[in-house]
Amino acid sequence: MLAFMIRRFLQSILVMLVVALISFLLFRFVGDPVDQMVGIETSIDQRDALRQQLGLNDPVLVQFFHFIAGALRFDFGISYQFKQPVAAMIAERFPATLELSLLSVVIAIVAGIPMGVYAGLKRDSWLSRMFMTVSLVGISLPPFLVGILFIFVFSVQLQWLPSFGRGETVLIGFWPTGFLTQSGLKALILPSITLALFQLTLIMRLVRSEMLEVLRTDYIKFARARGLSRRAVNFGHALKNTLVPVMTITGLQLGSVIAFAIITETVFSWPGMGLLFLQAVQNVDIPIMAAYLMLIGFLFVLINLIVDLLYVAVDPRIRIDARQAN
Amino acid sequence: MSKASSIPVKAEQGAIARFLASDIVYSFSRSKLTMLAAAITLFYFLMALFAPLIAPHDPFDLASLNLLDSLTPPMWEEGGVAQFPLGTDDQGRDLLSAIMYGSRISLAVGFASVAFAAILGISLGLLSGYVGGTLDSVIMRIADIQMTFPSILIALLIDGTVSGLLPQASREDTAFGVLTLSIGLSFWVQYARTVRSSVLIEKEREYVQAARLIGLRPLTIMVRHVLPNVLGPVLVIATINLALAIITEATLSFLGVGFPLTEPSLGALINIGNNFLFSGEWWITIFPGVTLAVLVLSVNLLGDWLRDALNPKLR
Amino acid sequence: MSEPILSVRNLVVEFPTRFGALTAVNGVSFDIDRGETLGVVGESGAGKSLTGAAVIGLLEPPGRVAGGEIVFDGNRIDGLPPEEMRKIRGSRIAMIFQDPLTSLNPLYRIGEQLVETILTHVDLSAAKARKRAIALLDEVGIPAPETRIDAYPHQFSGGMRQRVVIALALAGEPDLVIADEPTTALDVSVQAQIIQLLKRLCRERGMAVMLITHDMGVIAETADRVAVLYAGRIAEIGKTRDLVHNPQHPYTIGLMNSIPSLDGEGDRLVQIPGSMPRLTGIPDGCAFHPRCAKCFEACLSAHPPEFSAGQSQVFCWLHGEDAPHE
Repeated sequence: MLAFMIRRFLQSILVMLVVALISFLLFRFVGDPVDQMVGIETSIDQRDALRQQLGLNDPVLVQFFHFIAGALRFDFGISYQFKQPVAAMIAERFPATLELSLLSVVIAIVAGIPMGVYAGLKRDSWLSRMFMTVSLVGISLPPFLVGILFIFVFSVQLQWLPSFGRGETVLIGFWPTGFLTQSGLKALILPSITLALFQLTLIMRLVRSEMLEVLRTDYIKFARARGLSRRAVNFGHALKNTLVPVMTITGLQLGSVIAFAIITETVFSWPGMGLLFLQAVQNVDIPIMAAYLMLIGFLFVLINLIVDLLYVAVDPRIRIDARQAN
Repeated sequence: MSKASSIPVKAEQGAIARFLASDIVYSFSRSKLTMLAAAITLFYFLMALFAPLIAPHDPFDLASLNLLDSLTPPMWEEGGVAQFPLGTDDQGRDLLSAIMYGSRISLAVGFASVAFAAILGISLGLLSGYVGGTLDSVIMRIADIQMTFPSILIALLIDGTVSGLLPQASREDTAFGVLTLSIGLSFWVQYARTVRSSVLIEKEREYVQAARLIGLRPLTIMVRHVLPNVLGPVLVIATINLALAIITEATLSFLGVGFPLTEPSLGALINIGNNFLFSGEWWITIFPGVTLAVLVLSVNLLGDWLRDALNPKLR
Repeated sequence: MSEPILSVRNLVVEFPTRFGALTAVNGVSFDIDRGETLGVVGESGAGKSLTGAAVIGLLEPPGRVAGGEIVFDGNRIDGLPPEEMRKIRGSRIAMIFQDPLTSLNPLYRIGEQLVETILTHVDLSAAKARKRAIALLDEVGIPAPETRIDAYPHQFSGGMRQRVVIALALAGEPDLVIADEPTTALDVSVQAQIIQLLKRLCRERGMAVMLITHDMGVIAETADRVAVLYAGRIAEIGKTRDLVHNPQHPYTIGLMNSIPSLDGEGDRLVQIPGSMPRLTGIPDGCAFHPRCAKCFEACLSAHPPEFSAGQSQVFCWLHGEDAPHE
């Protein structure tokens, strides 16, 4: 068990290093950092001096180490566009993205799993068919389009809900939250539902197809042959076996929420990291791009690690084999 | 009561007759929805193909645009004209033509990126599975690392980086290539993995070892024997990918890092229209939006049907 | 003489397809007395498993019972509503399947699965149910049942798993157990043990068994009477001893002759030429006639009815009055 955890941990470090490498290469070799930072009047000598000072003439490996060292200290340099420390900018916008992402994940799971279970158990009922149709529409509509349509209906026509910004936020310690004000909550509704829709349909379809698979297995047949009640068969056995792979796949999905947040934040002008990243891509602001990449890489690796460990905790076959393997 | 022994296909009938009587065609003809989806997809395909011939205007010809025509509503609304049936955007572009050309771009990029991803993925999968060893480990490691990240992020990153490297002026010409590359690169892993597992299974089969004994080259064996077995699942992945590729391209264009506004794809059109939602010029966003949604929906329906039809377990 | 525990008359099982209905079981009739073991033997696809599934009411759709009647302990069960049938399953009729690994839910300990089954049929406290579960494990020959009860299915070997499966089937104290290829997935050495176990349990509990298998060796060891199935119909049915030493139907004769014996002379293995027809191509008349060396005109016209041959019943025109004499 311990050996397994150590191995996974080392794998994660490897992936992080690769991500760091890509970020570093981006940082260093796309465009010229010095040219980006100084004005036109700066002389060549001054540029060279700056280059030397920044360590840009050192061997690549050394620069890479500096880069990683800086990253560990949360120092990602200065943004080309805004001339501010990248780390501070990201930290400022992190709460907005996190609140939006978490809320959408909760919505997707709380709605998606029951819908999927229902569609799996009663696959021919009209409600199931409706769920499946809605889910098809859900995967077919690009998230940005969903957001725009929501804005069109709820903000432009009905004027019920705001279409941009976060509303008012309240500080809890250092964390500005939008959950405690009415305008904050109103502002959260449309973006979080937009972000949730894609995941919700994925979860629902996944749960349904897993459920259908499980219901075809021998152990379900044997459970029925033993005279177990419908509830025991469907929920005690089928549901539990369905949720194990669903849980792991959903966990992996979590990561992509943060990526899709970029789109949602753009559509709703939500002041989060995603919007910052997009602006960075549009303006080729490399430091922000590199920092965002590192952060996302770290989050993904962390999520993957947690999901793997969760899988081991839940599935006795892996848990006991891992233990016996030592 | 019909005797079950009267299956109406005899072995002597040609391949086409057998195909028409097969389960796949049968399940296709039974589902009206699937046939509708196929018809719609075909319609888009034809519209895209013949756009230069049938579109009333050329939306990419900047010289023909007249700013005085801009923001004209659709022809059934007050202020609309028959010359611009669906209205115009802020540059005076005819929306109907723009949608036709835009669909053309969307479909073109969609197909091209899926083809690119498929070719790259299948090749790497074949290589990885057959050669094995270090090459296999390396390729699979890269695949694993890439799989940790959502494809849209990868596409965005590659797109952003390449665009940053290229000079600004050539963005128009290279947009197609860059987008195909980015989207394709974000999708290859699925193909590679599927093909690789098939190869690993087939490699152990006796007919492969027999073929080797006869002296056939490994590539020939792989292409002639393994590939046909794998085409089914690959086709299903490809159809799902197509819808995703179209969405990704539209998203990237919407975000401003895809096709430039001078050659707008459906996503870029929606982006333009987004600025005018509140001022009342809804058509610039809604029409391209509906077009995009219907296209992707049809492709998804086809993909769903294909997956069910090719799934041996459901027969 | 008491009534048979199970009485099946003219059972027909059909599968609707787009070419018309395929008949997989075509007018099968047999009885099983209390405490008796009836072997149901035949090649793959002969309809044995479907017959078993039909008796316990677990036919998978689109398969359905299209005709005949199933009488259990004096009551017709083939038209019962699902909830009534569920009450019978496990407590009066039980069924075990071929692969013990897939028959058990991998996520639950076997103790949990046993207790759940016991509590479904008997009103006991959890502690008493656990005691009974341990006793069951002991009865089927699991060593150290008090500790093994908390193990997971994958921690048992194949033979032990099948014993657990049998224990689960017995938990409701059924009068009839349908065993569908219970030894096929096991090693040869383990097969013998399981067969001995089944025999002992039958004797001690007075249970009837419908033993479905394609292995004549298992039948010879365990069954009191045998029914030979061919292409969805019974070819011959009678006491095991009679069938093995004095088979009447040409198919049965072929089956017996094709069993290689260690003490025979070293000539060629006997084969029945051809193979059993698929459901879509069952010949008119007697389904076996294309492969039968003794086929004559009557065999092509209609399927033979039941004829008596000693204490067995044979479905072969050769035993009719108009049969050609040698």
